[in-house]
Amino acid sequence: MSNFSDERRIELEEKANDIRESIIEMLVEAGSGHTAGPLGMADVFTVLYFHTLKHNPKKPDWDERDRVVLSNGHICPVLYSTMAHSGYFPVKELKTLRKFGSRLQGHPHRDFLPYVETSSGPLGSGLSQAIGMALADRMDSKDGERRIYCFLGDGELDEGQNWEAMMLAGKNKLHNLVAIVDRNNIQIDGFTEDVMPLESLSDKWRAFNWHVIEVDGHNMEEIADAFEAAKSIYEKPTVIIAHTIPGKGVKEFERDYRWHGKPPSKEEGQMAMNELRTLGGRIKSEHE
Amino acid sequence: MLNLNLKLNTKMFEKDAEQIPIRKGFGEGLVLAGEKNPQVVALSADLTESAQALPFKEKFPNRFVQVGIAEQNLASVASGLAAMGKIPFITSYAMFSPGRNWEQIRTTICYNNRPVKIVGSHAGVSVGPDGGTHQAVEDLALMRILPRMIVLSPCDALEAKKATLKSVDTNTPVYIRLAREKTPVMTTAETPFEIGKAQIFWTSEKPQVGIIATGALLHKALSAAQTLEKEGIEVEVMNLSTIKPLDEEAIINLAKKTGKIVTVEEHQIAGGMGSAVAELLVKNFPVPMRFIGVNDEFGQSGTPAELIEHYGMGEKDIIRAIRNLL
Repeated sequence: MSNFSDERRIELEEKANDIRESIIEMLVEAGSGHTAGPLGMADVFTVLYFHTLKHNPKKPDWDERDRVVLSNGHICPVLYSTMAHSGYFPVKELKTLRKFGSRLQGHPHRDFLPYVETSSGPLGSGLSQAIGMALADRMDSKDGERRIYCFLGDGELDEGQNWEAMMLAGKNKLHNLVAIVDRNNIQIDGFTEDVMPLESLSDKWRAFNWHVIEVDGHNMEEIADAFEAAKSIYEKPTVIIAHTIPGKGVKEFERDYRWHGKPPSKEEGQMAMNELRTLGGRIKSEHE
Repeated sequence: MLNLNLKLNTKMFEKDAEQIPIRKGFGEGLVLAGEKNPQVVALSADLTESAQALPFKEKFPNRFVQVGIAEQNLASVASGLAAMGKIPFITSYAMFSPGRNWEQIRTTICYNNRPVKIVGSHAGVSVGPDGGTHQAVEDLALMRILPRMIVLSPCDALEAKKATLKSVDTNTPVYIRLAREKTPVMTTAETPFEIGKAQIFWTSEKPQVGIIATGALLHKALSAAQTLEKEGIEVEVMNLSTIKPLDEEAIINLAKKTGKIVTVEEHQIAGGMGSAVAELLVKNFPVPMRFIGVNDEFGQSGTPAELIEHYGMGEKDIIRAIRNLL
């Protein structure tokens, strides 16, 4: 099952690469922030914003837009980068990340950047907010017109509020709600299965009456297909468990939990940019 | 004497004075709010009847959400509803909401700037036999330190009803504190109410002390005023039902007029209404003060009357504090 042509897939992969480059640049400039999660989720964000989402970056308050709730607010560099590349604000503004007066706060804040649907950072409350949105649309009979997407980290699922929320969404069969779990297996203190085991994660969601789709979070077609398939599930909310590689795109950062909460240094950033620009060495620089 | 300009209930001191739980007034107000504004919705965390969302649920079943015993989810789901234009009232006991879910209220409601109304019933030690775990005496402090939050503590059921209706239109988060027990009705349907406006319920030509009370204990403060009047001691009694934003002008004027202030609240002295008044007066018009409230302790089981007396918040405690200042 394929949603799009090879050209489309390549176009999205190039977009994801641009988004990753911007993530590196903004983190190096900021001197603080999270690296692994944003790089790992770049492909999923790319598919959502450039393929699936109903939105209009030139009219961010368009009422009929789909809603995106970023519960794991610390991966906001990928949200900011994707939004900038979508046209919500200039790409060069990304370099103001985490600086005084910037619209791009260290964790998203609607007061500064009204284009984000929620302010977030403290983990565990985004799914509840997304459920509130989905419930409101059901009350107003708008649940067939727009969808609510909610990003969650896997480590974030340690927070009990998520399970309160999962029960409520399952009870109410919120078919207009799609949760996306970044299953990258790391959190600040180490691997998720060491800190607090989550497996069998898909069985847990199923037990709470959710429809579960597992995807390779770096396969554009699988991601797009999952978003599409979720639209046909009517009796349940859908969760897409996206298996991702933290730090994806920069070999030196990949799968290393120590990159969860720190930015690259200038040198590491240069190395990462070279790697991304050459697509991991597959493209030879003309200077070599 | 009672300030008759406010059309207060002149029978409030009589033995058979009407008594209604403050929370009942909220329940009635919520139905009226729902009738007036189709965006009003209500949420409950398994306390639909006792926290008074039941009449609303029965009238508007499609605008009611039962989240189960999950107060953190309760607060954040309401934030999401508000993001889509709803005006949600979340109902529970004050000990659990805002007691259990403070951070969700801070981040997903206040920081997010969503106009969710948090209704904390069963506040204060007068909850009675359930004991200290269920007696919220910290909630005013928790709520008044939050930016954007309006904090209301109505004195009786009628004022609670008016406060509920007014809170719909603020476009901000609001905390409404309610009590479980039957409370003498001090106001009437005609008594004016405005958020942010303090009212002098007991007036005097030459008051020697100003009493500022909030919630049901206002009745004890008024009784104290009546008792002292017979002894020739004159006081004024203010009903401070909006704890944030404070009616600064009215409080400063009372301090100027009396030179001495006693605050009365069924709440920890630390961080509560008295603290808010002190913060205001100390920089504008410092006067000697006494604070009636719970003094750094937890509650316990007992009848409401026993507990109010035990924790030093009864009429005779108020009178003692006044004498102490004279």
